[in-house]
Amino acid sequence: MSQNQSNTPARAQQRLDRSDERLRHDEGVFDMAWGFIDRVRSGDLGMLPVAIGLIVISIIFSALNPVFLAPNNLVNLLFDCATVGVISLGIICVLVLGEIDLSVGSMSGLASAIIGVLWVGSGWPVAAAIVAALLVGVAVGLIYAALYNRLGMPSFIATLAGLLALLGMQLYILGPTGSINLPYASSLVRFGQILIMPDWFSHAVAVVPGLVMIGKGIRTRRQRQAANLSTQPVGALVIKALALTVALELAVFYLNLGRGVPWMFGLFVTLAVILNYALTRTKWGRSMFAVGGNREAARRSGINVRRIYLSAFVLCSTLATLGGILSAARLASSSQQAGTGDVNLNAIAAAVIGGTSLFGGRGSAYSAVLGIIVIQAISNGLTLLNLSSSLRYMITGGVLAVAVIVDSLARRSRVSHGRA
Amino acid sequence: MTRNIQTAPAKGELVLRLRGISKNFGAVSALTDIELEVNAGEVVALVGDNGAGKSTLIKILAGVHQPSTGTIEFCGQAVAIENPRKALGLGIATVFQDLALCENLDVVANLFLGHELSPWQLDEVAMEVRAWTLLRELAARIPSVRVPIASLSGGQRQTVAIARSLLLEPKVIMLDEPTAALGVAQTAEVLNLIERVRDRGLGVIIISHNMEDVRAVADRIVVLRLGRNNGIFLPDASNQELVSAITGATENAVSRRLDRKAGLVNEQSGGAA
Repeated sequence: MSQNQSNTPARAQQRLDRSDERLRHDEGVFDMAWGFIDRVRSGDLGMLPVAIGLIVISIIFSALNPVFLAPNNLVNLLFDCATVGVISLGIICVLVLGEIDLSVGSMSGLASAIIGVLWVGSGWPVAAAIVAALLVGVAVGLIYAALYNRLGMPSFIATLAGLLALLGMQLYILGPTGSINLPYASSLVRFGQILIMPDWFSHAVAVVPGLVMIGKGIRTRRQRQAANLSTQPVGALVIKALALTVALELAVFYLNLGRGVPWMFGLFVTLAVILNYALTRTKWGRSMFAVGGNREAARRSGINVRRIYLSAFVLCSTLATLGGILSAARLASSSQQAGTGDVNLNAIAAAVIGGTSLFGGRGSAYSAVLGIIVIQAISNGLTLLNLSSSLRYMITGGVLAVAVIVDSLARRSRVSHGRA
Repeated sequence: MTRNIQTAPAKGELVLRLRGISKNFGAVSALTDIELEVNAGEVVALVGDNGAGKSTLIKILAGVHQPSTGTIEFCGQAVAIENPRKALGLGIATVFQDLALCENLDVVANLFLGHELSPWQLDEVAMEVRAWTLLRELAARIPSVRVPIASLSGGQRQTVAIARSLLLEPKVIMLDEPTAALGVAQTAEVLNLIERVRDRGLGVIIISHNMEDVRAVADRIVVLRLGRNNGIFLPDASNQELVSAITGATENAVSRRLDRKAGLVNEQSGGAA
């Protein structure tokens, strides 16, 4: 042991975080690639299952029906993604804590009913109706948090009860008619069905992530160099940013061959970016992962655990409400069917397929974006094949089961490779 | 002694003094008239059998329990430690036996948990530099601070837990059974760590059932028995003395066992001869 401790001049030159001789140093671009393969092998799959899933799905469905990959079908797909995707963002918040909200479907249905009743039925301004619906979402989240924090009710049961109660409330306020049509000419319905970014705007937006990545990367690099810490190779950074930009630009170009990129999808991605920042770069996000990983440790470090649970439940219910409003806009109606069927499961499945663990402590806001694209692609592809909803449910259920199995196996592998 | 609490006490100076501390849980008196002094740059070992009141005493100092009677003086001033936050604020840090680390987070995140720098835009670089400086001061052997705690060994986790308690610049640090779950080499590493913490001028209170470890690092050994002080020993005290103070009798289970063994050996050697 002690012969390694000698302080040769070479050691003094070393980076602060590279001084341990046991550590393998990934310096170049190729080393980074090897590091990635290593991570995947040990069960740290990240976004890989999604990428593979998407490729498989595209190949199968486009072989069965070429319309699947037509630009306009993909535009429709993105419209559909936005509604359930927003709900899935909220699910991620509770999943990170190792909790669950099973009532997001009913919550979104209730929200769409509130919009229909207040806006069309009672003649409220649309903005007021939206705010009212969101406030109901906040209130429901507060109730779940109170049940969990004060009464120790498992979120599984509390939200299962909520599922039924909220569905009942939805049916109650819709009354005997059961369905309210929203005016087609209204801005809300146009937002949910028609409004598309201008070509130039969508292309400009597609460049932004790459630029931000390079800008942030260079700033971090400079800071780390100044602090004598190791840095990522510039090559890897540029390659990543370039690949991302090219992929996004190609996607935007292809979508613009059809109608273009929906504003509603833009809203969804913006929310995902905001949530990602909050989860990874703020104290709140750090506390979320800490509580999800080890609740008692988080409490002893002075984190207000109850407030963290409260924030997650409220965020989840509110985002479910927003998703319900968007789906009402998408369908131009508030009906008894809104939010029933597979909405609940799709929202949860999207988060899990995207790589957010059901066991808490792991996840990313972007898993909602990728996961919901997978889910909606399957559902869209099956619809194009004219399959009945019975078959669609069975297949979607199977896909969810596979996603959870992958999650469990990856978790087991991570534990045995010491990656938590 | 009217020194300012904020300034760090010089080495050998009294930082913590307990006078006549008693704690009753209903009819049970867990602690009775406990006296304890801890100087800066000194390791005090707290030993005693199960139920001797060691953990209760630690919890009183950590702000988990309130003493029924008695005074706590910290840096010469009488203080009341109402809650864990107050204890941390005064500069009394505790490393609990189960460490309380988040396995899914990396070392930096665990060190700064609850005390992150710039909460709205985490300053990862500054936190990482501070983490390395702290770990280097402790000569801790952690390969990377960007790996999750799950991939560290028991000794390394103990190191992270101790480093975390030092982050808020405490004056007294309490360790509850720091070597209980560790192997031989890891125990030695943690004992080294305790000595380095002591050399930084902190007062250290360590609870342990392992007499060997206690004697290896402690400057004084305080024995508790049934909630009362039962002697203060120097580390060169014999095992016999310590054990009889802990169990409260010269004739006890340990000595009987030793006698029996000795008798057995005598018999055997006698039989052979």
